[in-house]
Amino acid sequence: MLQVKNLTKIYDGGVKALDNVTFDVPKGQFLAVIGLSGSGKSTLLRCINRLIDPTAGQILWDGEDVTAATPEEMRRIRRKIGMVFQHFNLVHRSKVITNVLAGRLGYVNPAWSLVNRFPREDMDKALRQLERVGIADKAYQRADELSGGQQQRVGIARALMQDPKMILADEPVASLDPVLAHSIMKHLEEINKNDGVTVLCSLHFLDLVHRYADRVIALNEGQLVFEGLPSEIDDKKFKDIYGRDAERVG
Amino acid sequence: MKENNKKASLWKSLRVGLAFLAGIIIYAYGFEITKIDLEELRSETRQQSLVRVTRALAQPDIFQYEQESQIFTAPVYVTCPAGDAVIAEPDTSEPYVIVTPACAEVGETVTVEGFNFFPNSSGPVRFVPGNDPTNVVELGNDTANADAEGHFVTTITLPNRPSDDVQFIRATMRRNVGAPQFTQTAHDTWEKIIETVFLALLATTLGTILAIPLSFIAARNLMKPVRSPLTSIALSTLGWPLGIALGLFVVNAVADFTAPFTSSILVNIASVLLVPVVLTFSLRWALPQDDVASPPLGLRLGRLVVLFVSALIGFFWMYQLAGLSMNVGRSTEASLGSFAFFGRFLVQLGDILIVTTPAVGAFAAGSVFGNFLGRVGQRAAEKINEGTVKIVNLIASAAAGGTVFGLIGWLVEWLYQIGRPEYTQTGPILVGAALGLLLAIFTKAKDTLPTGLVIYYITRTILNTLRSVEALVMAIVFVIAVGIGPFAGVMALGLHTIVSLAKLYSEQVESIQSGPLEAITATGANRLQTIIYAVVPQIVPPYISYTMYRWDINVRMSTIIGFVGGGGIGFLLQQNINLLNYRAASAQMIAIAVVVSIMDYVSSVMREKAV
Ligand SMILES: Nc1ncnc2c1ncn2[C@@H]1O[C@H](COP(=O)(O)OP(=O)(O)OP(=O)(O)O)[C@@H](O)[C@H]1O
Ligand SMILES: [Mg+2]
Repeated sequence: MLQVKNLTKIYDGGVKALDNVTFDVPKGQFLAVIGLSGSGKSTLLRCINRLIDPTAGQILWDGEDVTAATPEEMRRIRRKIGMVFQHFNLVHRSKVITNVLAGRLGYVNPAWSLVNRFPREDMDKALRQLERVGIADKAYQRADELSGGQQQRVGIARALMQDPKMILADEPVASLDPVLAHSIMKHLEEINKNDGVTVLCSLHFLDLVHRYADRVIALNEGQLVFEGLPSEIDDKKFKDIYGRDAERVG
Repeated sequence: MKENNKKASLWKSLRVGLAFLAGIIIYAYGFEITKIDLEELRSETRQQSLVRVTRALAQPDIFQYEQESQIFTAPVYVTCPAGDAVIAEPDTSEPYVIVTPACAEVGETVTVEGFNFFPNSSGPVRFVPGNDPTNVVELGNDTANADAEGHFVTTITLPNRPSDDVQFIRATMRRNVGAPQFTQTAHDTWEKIIETVFLALLATTLGTILAIPLSFIAARNLMKPVRSPLTSIALSTLGWPLGIALGLFVVNAVADFTAPFTSSILVNIASVLLVPVVLTFSLRWALPQDDVASPPLGLRLGRLVVLFVSALIGFFWMYQLAGLSMNVGRSTEASLGSFAFFGRFLVQLGDILIVTTPAVGAFAAGSVFGNFLGRVGQRAAEKINEGTVKIVNLIASAAAGGTVFGLIGWLVEWLYQIGRPEYTQTGPILVGAALGLLLAIFTKAKDTLPTGLVIYYITRTILNTLRSVEALVMAIVFVIAVGIGPFAGVMALGLHTIVSLAKLYSEQVESIQSGPLEAITATGANRLQTIIYAVVPQIVPPYISYTMYRWDINVRMSTIIGFVGGGGIGFLLQQNINLLNYRAASAQMIAIAVVVSIMDYVSSVMREKAV
């Protein structure tokens, strides 16, 4: 259970990227975050695992106050929250398996990371996750030798290594073609349904929202302008979210 | 509008004219100052010496031949005797010399002809006084060159050595035999060029090893997010010197304890082999691989104790290793023959280990204490109420300020020997404490301060200052510190390499992709893990490339660092130039050119491979 209360983020330049945003996400839900480019979707997702420090407001996760967590506590919180990125954010020159194993870093003793050692179980686990997303044969290739869709699968496998209770996906399919987009979204859906992992996913295409999301929140210039079921987005709501001149395509 | 434009263009041309004038004045003054004077170039003596030097440079002193010579003389009378000058017929079966005329006055020119000498041989034609056969008189331009039949003709001017007795003209004709051999100069040059290359290698290695950690703390993107509350900073500042002092004490105690056991090779070998086994087990237990739940306090304390003991054992091991290296080196030095340098190398390695172990220990203990107290401070600032934190801050910050300024004062005292404690001891301590107190008063108790940025700026400033000192100047300083020789050169080039590489490296760290950094941070990795898994893979290729580039520069630098006594071939080159021994200098310049271009090629190939 994630609770976001009165969250506000003002960047150093004075841009108010989030303006008093409040919402809850029940355990196991697939929540889509929509909004125009620049409306604050990425900022919101990054505030939840404190990649960005919010200016004001509170985030409670499983009863723990994320906004007040110490670095030590933050490590324990972050390792339970997987993150998937639009540009995959793999370490290009490392092998695929190393990228996946990186998902365990929150669980292993930092002293052993110095000598680049992971426990044997983690190695097996990494291979299993790669199998799960269908690219076990690529394990020992360099990450930048993979296609975009394959790289995003590695990104998902890395998140899965964390045994996450929640996954934050920031436009996970925005740089992929529609067919690949669906296959990546199906992986997220499968993780959400089978493992009961809560998913927060920012999306640009409403057809994906309708197809995969349980619930939607919409941001406009940092403010929460809609919260409800995907089917509730009618033409009026659509104009509220995307502006008066927007045309519905999908 | 048009008017305006015109004005602008007039003003513009005026400015161009002024700039041109200023340029002319600057260059005129530059000519004056640098004493550019082509007249000097045209003068007779300059040209002559230029020709001589250029010719010598064109004939590097690299090869020499065994020579065989034929020495034969012809009688001559200076001045002509009263009667006829009776000259015996020469033996034509052997080489022989004929002087015509056979008698002449002092200062007259005679023709000297030689027959039957070695074909194509050459050598001097000289005058030997009849009454003093050991005295050979040089006659100026007197070299004779024989043709393919062994025949030569030359003219000489008779010297002012009049005598009634018969006197002699002597021709010494030489020719090369056998294959060419290296000259002594060539041998010396070879030896020194090897020294030069290794000087550059050691300086580059030393510099690279130390520049890597420095480059991380000189990178803005890594340091900017590092913020900590004042409590943490102050306690950490106190922890460092405390830890360093304790570390030195403990390591020295270990050294004293180890000393009696280092002399026997058997004990050396046994401990060098056994200790790692023990350490593996103890570290496995004390540092569990996973970090899932916080263990109970008792277990944590137990692990701390084991870690401490492991550290002691580790230092014991380092001293044993040093002892082993030295013992093996000493005992094999005699039996290795021409590989004796390997034995000496082992001894030196052992010595280096012994010298550096206390430094390593002090640094490790310092960082452990600094880190630990810093964490205690962090915890305190997070968990304890604001009022208490404020009081802790006031005390700790004052103490930290006093300590830092006191240490600086101690350094100043040590450097300048002022001998007035109110300036170098009590004064600084009081000032530092006051500054610390002020800082604690004016910052909110729980606010975080940009520690990372402060460290970043300090590191950058030191790097930039040191970088602006030329390696050659550093070499002068080190020559004074450690004496003339390649060691001074290694230190100077090494230091310069550290600072310039740290700068170049840190720029690479600053230009890495931030995405992977973000992704690794999001997994819960701590700072160290983030650097190892997100930063290091991205910077390996540019680091290799810069290291090769630096190695290239160091080879060039090490060729001239000898000019100031820093070892390498520069020393030899400078000596030969000063002795006007241009043929030897030429050999050294050729050696430098060859080595530098090989290095250039090799490093460019390796750089291509790395990227
Ligand atoms: N690091 C930053 N510093 C200053 N302003 C920023 C920063 N990052 C984002 N912003 C600003 O904050 C606002 C919200 O940005 P954000 O990236 O959250 O939008 P978004 O909804 O994710 O957009 P997109 O769909 O294009 O990814 C924008 O106006 C952006 O310019
Ligand atoms: Mg975004």
